[in-house]
Amino acid sequence: MTGQMELVQNFPCFSIMLCMFAGIISSALKGKTAKRINTAVLCINILMSAAVLWFTMRTGEFYVYVMGRFPAPWGNELRVGVMEAGMALFFCVIMLLSLMGGRHKLIQEVEEGKHNLYYILTDLMLSSLLALIYTNDLFTAYVFVEINTISACGLIMIRQNGRTIEAAVRYMIMSLLGSGLFLLGLCMLYDMTGHLLMSNIKEQVTSIYLSGAGGSYHVPLMVTIAIISVGLAIKSALFPFHAWLPDAYGYSTVSSAAILSSLVSKGYIFLLIKIIYRVIGFQAFHDSRIIDILFIFGLMGMVFGSLSAIKENDVRRMIAFSSIAQIGYIYMGIGLGTQVGMIASVFHVLSHAATKSLLFIAAIGLTDVSGGSRKLTELTGSGYRNKMAGATFTAGALSMVGVPMFSGFISKLLFSQAAVQNEGKMLPTLIVLGISTILNAIYFMKTVIRIYTPVEDTEYSTVTWQENKVYAVSLLCFIALNVFLGVLSQPIVDLIGWGLNMFA
Amino acid sequence: MSKLKSEEEYQKTLAFHFFRWLSGSRDPYVGKVEMQPQKEYQEEESTIQERMCEHQMIRDKVYDRENNKWLLFFWRFYRIMAVVFCIVLGAMLIVTVSYLPPTGNASNPDNNEVAKRYIESGMQETGAVNVVTGMILTYRAFDTFGETNVLFIATCCVMIMLMAEDAELKKRELQNDRRYEPKNDAILQGVATVLVPIIFIFGIYIILNGHLSPGGGFSGGAAMGAGLILYASAFGFKKTQRFFNEEVYKAAKVTALCLYGLVGIYYYVMGANGLENHIPLGIPGHIVSAGIIFPINICVGIEVACTMYAFYALFRRGGL
Repeated sequence: MTGQMELVQNFPCFSIMLCMFAGIISSALKGKTAKRINTAVLCINILMSAAVLWFTMRTGEFYVYVMGRFPAPWGNELRVGVMEAGMALFFCVIMLLSLMGGRHKLIQEVEEGKHNLYYILTDLMLSSLLALIYTNDLFTAYVFVEINTISACGLIMIRQNGRTIEAAVRYMIMSLLGSGLFLLGLCMLYDMTGHLLMSNIKEQVTSIYLSGAGGSYHVPLMVTIAIISVGLAIKSALFPFHAWLPDAYGYSTVSSAAILSSLVSKGYIFLLIKIIYRVIGFQAFHDSRIIDILFIFGLMGMVFGSLSAIKENDVRRMIAFSSIAQIGYIYMGIGLGTQVGMIASVFHVLSHAATKSLLFIAAIGLTDVSGGSRKLTELTGSGYRNKMAGATFTAGALSMVGVPMFSGFISKLLFSQAAVQNEGKMLPTLIVLGISTILNAIYFMKTVIRIYTPVEDTEYSTVTWQENKVYAVSLLCFIALNVFLGVLSQPIVDLIGWGLNMFA
Repeated sequence: MSKLKSEEEYQKTLAFHFFRWLSGSRDPYVGKVEMQPQKEYQEEESTIQERMCEHQMIRDKVYDRENNKWLLFFWRFYRIMAVVFCIVLGAMLIVTVSYLPPTGNASNPDNNEVAKRYIESGMQETGAVNVVTGMILTYRAFDTFGETNVLFIATCCVMIMLMAEDAELKKRELQNDRRYEPKNDAILQGVATVLVPIIFIFGIYIILNGHLSPGGGFSGGAAMGAGLILYASAFGFKKTQRFFNEEVYKAAKVTALCLYGLVGIYYYVMGANGLENHIPLGIPGHIVSAGIIFPINICVGIEVACTMYAFYALFRRGGL
């Protein structure tokens, strides 16, 4: 690397290493200190990511950061553009808010001596997410996928009861299957191209792709695309591979559920988008039939996820099933195979991450004022008993259904716009989008009506927002984030388009 | 010509003891080693009843295949599809592999400028005679730092699962620490006395020579971890804790990982900003050489040894 680097260009490397240091040091500390370090690290990371975002927006181009003395392809490197910096900033914000909102439950549900372990897991989880976002090397991505998987298992099972252990084992098996497929695909790519660096693989893959169906590596290339897509789809819970999801999100402690649903699965989707643009090439991916399979799975997920959510009588599991539908939306957008569809998908990644963590955090406030029961029948009137959580849940539900002013509306609008521009897939997309919106409305509005149905003599006490200020602040921030995404959508969409162009 | 010995003198020789042991007239371990046969695991009548009852209930309620034709159909469909799916996936992968280049062919895509530079100028650039170590700890140092953190987070997860938190439980576990093995087994202790120092020295040798010969932090650390495990199983946790308890474990792990991280970040930042690296490479072949590889290997070795022993101790009794 020649030329002078500015200090701000070092920040991606600093933020990854800072999270790792925080995790390592926390292992020798008590829970309280670990919590403080964790919060401090998250705040510093937010500032650093914002600085990097500002820097890339000002220069208007990506830069490559060499990790060590040797430039890629010999060494490791990070690649930072508008998209990466923006994602990193967003992930840090969501993680901070999720941890703030679930802190009182963490104290109740996790043994005293294991609090520091929880913060180690979140620190390393954040470092792996940041590394997945920034890396320009497929093998580095795999190493951090491993860290991500193991820490996600830990986040699920740290609340120890039968269901979480079962959920963690199930998650581990499914997730390792996904990692295994990803690793196989990576090995085949290395065999065909001789590189692990994304840019160099892409050069080689493009020449394989251009040589057409008669080329010597055409068959392995198609199999590789399929294996990598399916592997990452399993890890992000696309419809037929979603069996691990409801228990993992439904029974773990609430911060874990929020982090898993809004960050972990989104990290893998981001990695897939990155691989599509930076490794395989958008055209090669578009011309393989795999894209249609992802499209169909996405459509099926949108319907079946919502149907399962309607049948569910447990509010946490209902929100978890709703995630399957929303992941379906994202894959449907990827499956449209256009730039506009991809922008819609990335926007929905942001919108769903902001909304789903909000719903999990708000739902815990409602179940707390209903004697800890998560049955929908017990939640009757809970919106009056905890007004703050009730209002927030309503905002989240409105956003999920797609009411204007909230982020969900914008993503549905973008999806429809993308569908109209794609002739072959327009009709199924619009029909399923409509059905899914109605199904969403059925189960979310059902819940909202229930929590605002007055009950005469209730044995449960009322909670005001002053009693848990951290929780209230995190809920307010979540609502603000949602409205921000919903109202200021155009600059964000432009930014995503800019970032995707920078990818190619 | 051999010298004839008197009966008394003969009884003092090694040969006499050996032949007596061989003929079985006297067992040297009787009365010296506690030979307690393991008790077979026996379930109480009530638990058996309960287990059978639950088992029956699950069979009746969940897997009631006789009255539920759909379930039976699904069961069969699932099994057949699972086999078919595995066969199809396997066949697909085998067909794919047949398209890939043959192993070891000089014209393969992976014999490119990347491998060439590692092999040809690896020694000058990293100072390590062992090219593999040079590659993983210098060229791709960031990956390896991630890999070491995989071990660290794995220990954390095992701790979440198995760490006995309750003080009472901990006490009981301590007393029962060797429930199923004879205490102070003379054979095991004798062998351990001889082997543990050798294993440790060999582990340290592998770690310190990581950049000179096959080996390095990961393999050397595994050897040292095995030595610790052998010591703990021969002499018990109480004796092990005199030199390796939770505090030492934490201190060693945190120091090793932090040191690795600090060396790593110094190396990344200096490299990325085009600044001069002040860690000397030394003369290739010398024990203290190869720049950052030498300290990193030691850190990795300590971390791996701690992880190995921590897994053993946590599975054995839920604490270090």
